[in-house]
Amino acid sequence: MTTAAVPATGRALARRPSPATALANSFTLAWRSVLKIKTNPEDLFGLWFQPIMYLVLFTYVFGGAIAGGTHQYLQFSLPGVLVLSVVFATLGTGMMLSQDISTGVFDRFRALPIVRWAPLAGAILGDLVRYVISILVTLGFGYVLGFRIQTNVVAATAGCLLLVAFAFAMCWLSAMLGVIAKTAQGVQWWGFLFMFPLVFGSNILTSTSSMPGWLQAFVKVNPVTYLTEAERALLIGGPAAIAVERSLLWALGIFAVFAPLAVAAYRRRT
Amino acid sequence: MDGMDDVSYAIETHGLVKRFGKTTALAGVDLTARTGSVLGLLGPNGAGKTTAVRILATLLRPDAGSATVCGYDVLRDAHQVRQLTGLTGQYASVDEGLSGTNNLIMVGRLLGLSRAHSRARAAELLMRFELTDAAGRPAKTYSGGMRRRLDLAASLVGSPRVLYLDEPTTGLDPHSRNEVWGMIRALVADGTTVLLTTQYLDEADQLAHDIVVIDHGAVIATGTPDELKASAGRQVLEVIPADRADLSTVVELLEALTGTAPAIAVESGQVSVQVEGGRSLPGIVRAFDDRSIELAEFALRRASLDEVFLALTGHRAEQETQAEAGKGGTDAPARELDRSAR
Repeated sequence: MTTAAVPATGRALARRPSPATALANSFTLAWRSVLKIKTNPEDLFGLWFQPIMYLVLFTYVFGGAIAGGTHQYLQFSLPGVLVLSVVFATLGTGMMLSQDISTGVFDRFRALPIVRWAPLAGAILGDLVRYVISILVTLGFGYVLGFRIQTNVVAATAGCLLLVAFAFAMCWLSAMLGVIAKTAQGVQWWGFLFMFPLVFGSNILTSTSSMPGWLQAFVKVNPVTYLTEAERALLIGGPAAIAVERSLLWALGIFAVFAPLAVAAYRRRT
Repeated sequence: MDGMDDVSYAIETHGLVKRFGKTTALAGVDLTARTGSVLGLLGPNGAGKTTAVRILATLLRPDAGSATVCGYDVLRDAHQVRQLTGLTGQYASVDEGLSGTNNLIMVGRLLGLSRAHSRARAAELLMRFELTDAAGRPAKTYSGGMRRRLDLAASLVGSPRVLYLDEPTTGLDPHSRNEVWGMIRALVADGTTVLLTTQYLDEADQLAHDIVVIDHGAVIATGTPDELKASAGRQVLEVIPADRADLSTVVELLEALTGTAPAIAVESGQVSVQVEGGRSLPGIVRAFDDRSIELAEFALRRASLDEVFLALTGHRAEQETQAEAGKGGTDAPARELDRSAR
């Protein structure tokens, strides 16, 4: 039985992670979450087929009835599908966090000398890639179906950035659910409970003029309504300033409320 | 507290207490692991083994008491402790969505290794754990044994000085278990200190230099495997008469000479009885010789750890495991209290 001295590791021990370490940790975990998109078939399916399915369904089911023609309706509905796909894609953040916690992967992270919030930051950073994929798939398939951007590159790019910004805010809600909920399925249920009214109680599918007064009142303050209006303006044309401003304000508000809540829940859990 | 290289105890805890609601998982536990040795933490499910490991791995805060790893306090110097330790849980905590290689690269990058170094270290460990062929496959396609090896590899990426192995072989087949044992021996030969929790007595017997037996959150015995076996005191004398007809005489003789009632294995005709040391043996041999009783077997053995555990706790160590195996859930052992109570 030996009690020989352990060979020195040759590295001085840090007292706490440096800011550079924190950044590197977050990017490593973001890389991981992007890698997982490739290897998880459900995730890929959700990202690719959801927007395609919505586009096909909405265009051909509602198109004739609502707008009198599929092409006009596609021009009207595609910005809404962009919003809807991106908002639902934010659920992925929470589902992944929840899965990591329940499978013990989180324990592995927490036992490593990394900055405490890196897994949260990594998940959210990595998900920005998912939103971009979702947007590109929607625009690409929309183009195949006949959708045309009628503004210019600058406006369209601004539209995409606005979507990513809004999704970035929404994913904190999802992250909070992910940390609180016991299972990934729980995240999905709670997420849908929050997101369905937001997404469908809006102007995504139709104009709001035929809705009853109480619903119009909700639709008028719904952030999804502003975001959809902003996207229509930036992709097809029309006055954008107010809708963009309100969307950004909403995004900021959602972020301001749910980011601290998510971080607090995360701290309690870890 | 930076004089870590001359610390003779890699792990030291004093009076660790942890409660989950009304349940007391640890009721004041003292542990010491000498640098470069294997400390076996032995106890049944729910004894508090995992709770102790999670405190030492900085995953849980104790309610009272203190714990240091290489001289660093697990609460005050948690970041340093994390740089010195590796953890393998009783359920494999690898990322199932990532390949074996990427799991290890991820850990390397998180430990601050360069991209090239992480890649090289991953390849080296995969080779050592015989996972090279499966390196590119997602971990969810791995068998239980492969996953456990990958988990072990992940905890070694940073060459930790102290390694926590929480039931590393639970649910493994004998072959994989032997492999894991071999790896643990190799690590210890390289100077790593290992804290090994197990409910398998033979595992502690095989690997541990020192053993701490805990039950219901309290230490009930400590010592080397030999000391523990000796402290249960008596040795066991096993006798088989060559002629079955002598069986009753043998039993009577042994009872008269040792003062305890022998146990009889009816099928083999083996009579076993506890004896105090070897001093009573000549008398026993003479008594058999006087009566011309021929013996087919006459053996003295030490008490097994299993018997020690039974003597210490009043129940067997592995009963819960067997109940679990009966349910067919050997690969996913029920998590100990502290996980469900979080």
